[in-house]
Amino acid sequence: MASEHILLRHRDVAGLERLDVYLEHGGFAALRAAVTTKSPAEVIDLVKASGLRGRGGAGFPTGVKWSFLSPNVFPRYVVVNADESEPGTFKDREILERNPFQFLEGVAICAYAAQAASAYIYCRGEFWDLAEGLERRIAELKERRLLGANLFGSDFSLEIFVHLGAGAYICGEETALLESLEGKLGQPRLRPPFPAAKGLYARPTVVNNVETLTNLPPIVERGAEWYRSIGTKDSPGTKVFSLSGHVARPGNYELPLGTTFRSLIFDHGGGVPGGRTIKAILPAGASAPMLRATDEVLDTPMDYESLPKAGSMLGSASIIVMDESVDVAWVALKTTRFFKHESCGKCTPCREGTYWMLQALERLHNEGAPGQVDLLVAVARGIEGKCLCPLGEFSIMPVTSGVDRFRPDFSAHEANGR
Amino acid sequence: MMAEARTGTLRRHHAQEVEAILARYPADQRRSAVMPLLYLAQHEYGYLSPAAVDEVADLVGVSGTQVASLVGFYSLYHDHPGGRVRMQICTDLPCALRGAEAFAREVCQNLGIRLGETTPDGAVTVEEVMCLAGCDRAPMFQAQDDRGIHYHENQTVASALEWVEEVRRTHGV
Repeated sequence: MASEHILLRHRDVAGLERLDVYLEHGGFAALRAAVTTKSPAEVIDLVKASGLRGRGGAGFPTGVKWSFLSPNVFPRYVVVNADESEPGTFKDREILERNPFQFLEGVAICAYAAQAASAYIYCRGEFWDLAEGLERRIAELKERRLLGANLFGSDFSLEIFVHLGAGAYICGEETALLESLEGKLGQPRLRPPFPAAKGLYARPTVVNNVETLTNLPPIVERGAEWYRSIGTKDSPGTKVFSLSGHVARPGNYELPLGTTFRSLIFDHGGGVPGGRTIKAILPAGASAPMLRATDEVLDTPMDYESLPKAGSMLGSASIIVMDESVDVAWVALKTTRFFKHESCGKCTPCREGTYWMLQALERLHNEGAPGQVDLLVAVARGIEGKCLCPLGEFSIMPVTSGVDRFRPDFSAHEANGR
Repeated sequence: MMAEARTGTLRRHHAQEVEAILARYPADQRRSAVMPLLYLAQHEYGYLSPAAVDEVADLVGVSGTQVASLVGFYSLYHDHPGGRVRMQICTDLPCALRGAEAFAREVCQNLGIRLGETTPDGAVTVEEVMCLAGCDRAPMFQAQDDRGIHYHENQTVASALEWVEEVRRTHGV
């Protein structure tokens, strides 16, 4: 890429996953500066000023989220969402594996700002090896006194613990994650209260995504103005875009927010194999409306404000590219099967609705009964806006956008089956 | 896996590990330790039998029913014995776009089993799973055994079958 890597810095600095190399390259200077020269409130103000937005999917301003913590209630907790499970998303995995110390330094900066003495990293259970790696690195940091009691001679102390999930997409939703961390079923909580008031163990809690936290050391070191010079006015900074599907070079690409689909897919991803044309794009894994790959869409800047105008969302920025050979009704079948499997069962519209959407889609594929497409859309409308968490909402997005934008793909099944 | 292992031995055989797990959470929040303890029990006993579930429930101070509901909810816990290793192939959308469905089908055909089944020698159970965050290196699978979970990426049918042979060799099947 043209600009430097801020998050995937291991691509520029060999061996960055080792503590000695990380320290040689300025590691933990940001944490030291934060703890020894700034108050927690000043760190929050700095992060607010940087315009950093949550990279887990919602895009909420990080510093603002922190400022909602109930004042003067302790203990507080920092919980890291490392439950990366959105289909097409594999960015946090690379950060945890290859640039773990920048991430851990970010966790510590966040904990200092939140005045939390304990942080839990909730890793999806499948990241077994990654979790072991993190535990090893946390032990190294303790040995070097970069974690533990009275850091840099201050009264700030921090312990970081790793907690493994066990295979449940829903735990990526922050309140379901907290329930899971408390040893319960991973089912979302009713809000309010929000985690900033009553989170883990009903204590004020900050929940942030891995990529979000990895932004903190460079922001503290180089300042809000520098950060705002990258990306767009409302979406500052870089983003790790996970590119998958029908592209020559799938993988993670760290690019400024506001980069176009065309640039990501063709300049970086090497275009579509076999010279086929792109038919559809899912810009946020399975959890966003599918886009028809028109010239206008391809030239849309990928940032938090432009994607809604184009009829979708940026979400976790997991771009799944599908060429002209793809049947969009099959795509809807795949995403619906995913959401049906992952629905936690708490809200009836999502639990039952994903089941019935899957029934309609399977019937469409197996028998092709007329009227199935309208039935499918009717079930989807029955889920819309009626659930505690966004999973139900996400489940209908590829389906309704698919029918709206690629109706002939569905109608063909209705007429012929298969 | 050691399906024959007797339950009730976590405290005796893994005292240090049990204490280390409990120490990660506040003293009045033992229930938080239930997920890591379930992994420990599953690795020790091969799967989570009702007796193993009760044992974990006792360690954290909740009812066996509550712990059993977790075993049903989370897909990496198993209440039935499987093969020595569970080969969990991702066939979710991004992997499917890169041939994962055909890959899973052919692996099963070659092993003479269907998805969800275990090879007759008890070596490998092949399962279809949801996205594993390895989309750029499809086809891929994870191997879950009594030591943990490991990823196998950029696979071909031949390399996957070779891996199955290796499982048979290491486990003396």
